Amino acid sequence: MRRIISMLLENEPGALSRVVGLFSQRNYNIETLTVAATEDNTLSRLTVTTIGSDRVIEQITKQLNKLVEVVKVVDLTEGAHVERELMLIKLKATGAQRAEIKRTVDIFRGQIVDVTSTVYTVQLTGESDKLDAFIQAVGRSGVLEVVRSGVSGIARGEKTLSL
Amino acid sequence: MLSGADMIVRFLQDEGIENIYGYPGGAALHIYDALFRQNKVKHILVRHEQAATHMADGYARATGKPGVVLVTSGPGATNTITGIATAYMDSIPMVVLCGQVASTLIGEDAFQETDMMGVSRPVVKHNLSVRHPREIPEILKKAFYLAQTGRPGPVVVDIPKDMTTPNERYEYIFPKKVKMRSYTPPSRGHAGQIKKAVDMMMAAKRPVIYAGGGVVMGDASPELAELAHLTNFPVTTTLMGIGCFPASDRQSLGWLGMHGSYESNMVMHHSDLILAVGARFDDRVTNATDKFCPGARIIHIDIDPASISKTIQADVPIVGPASSVLKDMIGIVKEAQEQPDPGAMKAWWKQIDEWRAYHGGRYRTDDSELIKPQQAIEMLCKITKGNAFVTSDVGQHQMFTAQYYKFEKPNHWINSGGLGTMGFGLPAAMGVKLNFPDEEVVCVTGEGSIQMNIQELSTCKQYDLPIKIINLNNQSLGMVRQWQDMNYEARHSQSYMQSLPDFMALARAYGHEGVTIRKPEELEEGLKKAFAMKDKLVFVDIYVDPHEHVYPMQVARGSMKDMWLSKTERV
Repeated sequence: MRRIISMLLENEPGALSRVVGLFSQRNYNIETLTVAATEDNTLSRLTVTTIGSDRVIEQITKQLNKLVEVVKVVDLTEGAHVERELMLIKLKATGAQRAEIKRTVDIFRGQIVDVTSTVYTVQLTGESDKLDAFIQAVGRSGVLEVVRSGVSGIARGEKTLSL
Repeated sequence: MLSGADMIVRFLQDEGIENIYGYPGGAALHIYDALFRQNKVKHILVRHEQAATHMADGYARATGKPGVVLVTSGPGATNTITGIATAYMDSIPMVVLCGQVASTLIGEDAFQETDMMGVSRPVVKHNLSVRHPREIPEILKKAFYLAQTGRPGPVVVDIPKDMTTPNERYEYIFPKKVKMRSYTPPSRGHAGQIKKAVDMMMAAKRPVIYAGGGVVMGDASPELAELAHLTNFPVTTTLMGIGCFPASDRQSLGWLGMHGSYESNMVMHHSDLILAVGARFDDRVTNATDKFCPGARIIHIDIDPASISKTIQADVPIVGPASSVLKDMIGIVKEAQEQPDPGAMKAWWKQIDEWRAYHGGRYRTDDSELIKPQQAIEMLCKITKGNAFVTSDVGQHQMFTAQYYKFEKPNHWINSGGLGTMGFGLPAAMGVKLNFPDEEVVCVTGEGSIQMNIQELSTCKQYDLPIKIINLNNQSLGMVRQWQDMNYEARHSQSYMQSLPDFMALARAYGHEGVTIRKPEELEEGLKKAFAMKDKLVFVDIYVDPHEHVYPMQVARGSMKDMWLSKTERV
């Protein structure tokens, strides 16, 4: 099952490599990974999506907690949460395609953030499925380049991941 | 005001470190100079950095305190990796101080530069890098704190050369405490879980205590014995737990797993309750996990939550130090004055005694011309009265020693259980002997393993370490050969040793003594002769039956009770 594991870690050199290293060492997979400092710049927030059985996920969270520089770990998928991924996608846009792409972008509530005579660059935010669906809708043949941020997530309501 | 190098040495003094083990080199020279200018911390010069880590490790296993290693950058640091991994797998406290090229050169492929932070990362509990000399006291304090608290383990400190420059001085204050918001080792077990566990124990009809290295390193042997005696539960230990419960105790079953005792494996398989303490259900214990102890409910006490339900699901997990959790259990049992059903326990013990009688640690004695390795270990145990510190290397001799040397005390059986590091035994014995000069320290090895760190005979001469090396010489890599006999139709691919050195001449070349034993009737006399040379390192080369196998041996992919008891008997 796909899980979103989110953690706070010390914003120190090498901390990220410990987390990434743990996944490869113990044969866990990483689907997506995002990391950046939080409002407290001594802490980074790292979000990883992974796939595994309940037992594997339990081990992943325990092993992550064991890392000295990991301060807190939460499996967001255990509760109600919001998840978002950002995509920048460069599409071939000439002739009749231009209007068609524009319409699709509007339907997906994306924005065209850069334009040339032959290319649209589109920004799209949403759950990963929505980004997949957009690529499918515009058709792979028109896609020139895709950049995805990986998933960020946060729990709904009062629950927070903080010190 | 002290330089970084002086701070390191001063810190070691303040931390109460008496001996460190290492090898100098360019990036560590400021530190070595600081060592030279004092006499509180003694430095032991090994002949290969791997040996320094095993020496520190041997000391740590015998005392429970962290061993300290000092090496230079590049090859000095990478040579410690096997020793660090050995300590990591067995949760041994160790601090490894590594020189590094100057911070201005890092990343430029400088001479003797290795990314030791990256190289060591998968085999350390944690590693730390010094980025300013001022940080040195705090970083070292963290390193020692991390190494010995919670689940112990090795910690590497990477020290770029410019952090130790002699003429750059800073204020030094020995930090008394460490505070790390991201690291809080558990101090007590959960009271509710402990109560629940005791209730299960009292309701059990076929219980067993399965105790591991966590009991030894967690200094919980007295509590374990008290709880076992209170409840009358049988006790089996892991290979790492040997000694945490006295071998001579009526309730001791010996150790369990692949080459464990017949009765241990039978008791485990047929139990209805397993109380696991400081053990991690590793593959050499469980055999096939899907066939593991089908009728047993499991209480698992461990200081590391990640060890619980990793391979075998626990019914009652208890995270906490073994000694405190066991103490809490003892308190509840005493207060409630409860006992498990006496009728059921009587029947259980009757069954256990039958299993004991059936096997009884027997081995093949039909051939009187050749020394049986088991016989050699039994004689060693007799002559040292079971009191020696015994280190071992890895292979058949390790299993025979674990089976036939009867350990009564914890911290006396010292072997590389998790990583299985050949070459561990001799330097580990050196680390023990250096710190316990009045105790008998024995390294049981084989002609394969001993050659992996034989250069340390030179260190033994320099520091006058009169250990006894018992070389069970079967002229082959015995355990490899055994597997080839059993699984590869006796195709002995690369498992025999041609061109063995003359170990007697070799021992003498390094300034030591040697004794060769070739026949069973020479065994007692030869060993007595060796141990009579109190002040000498004696290399005892014992020619043993090369065809002997280690039994019992669990049948691959079977349950715990599926074992070979000899070359022909399978149960």
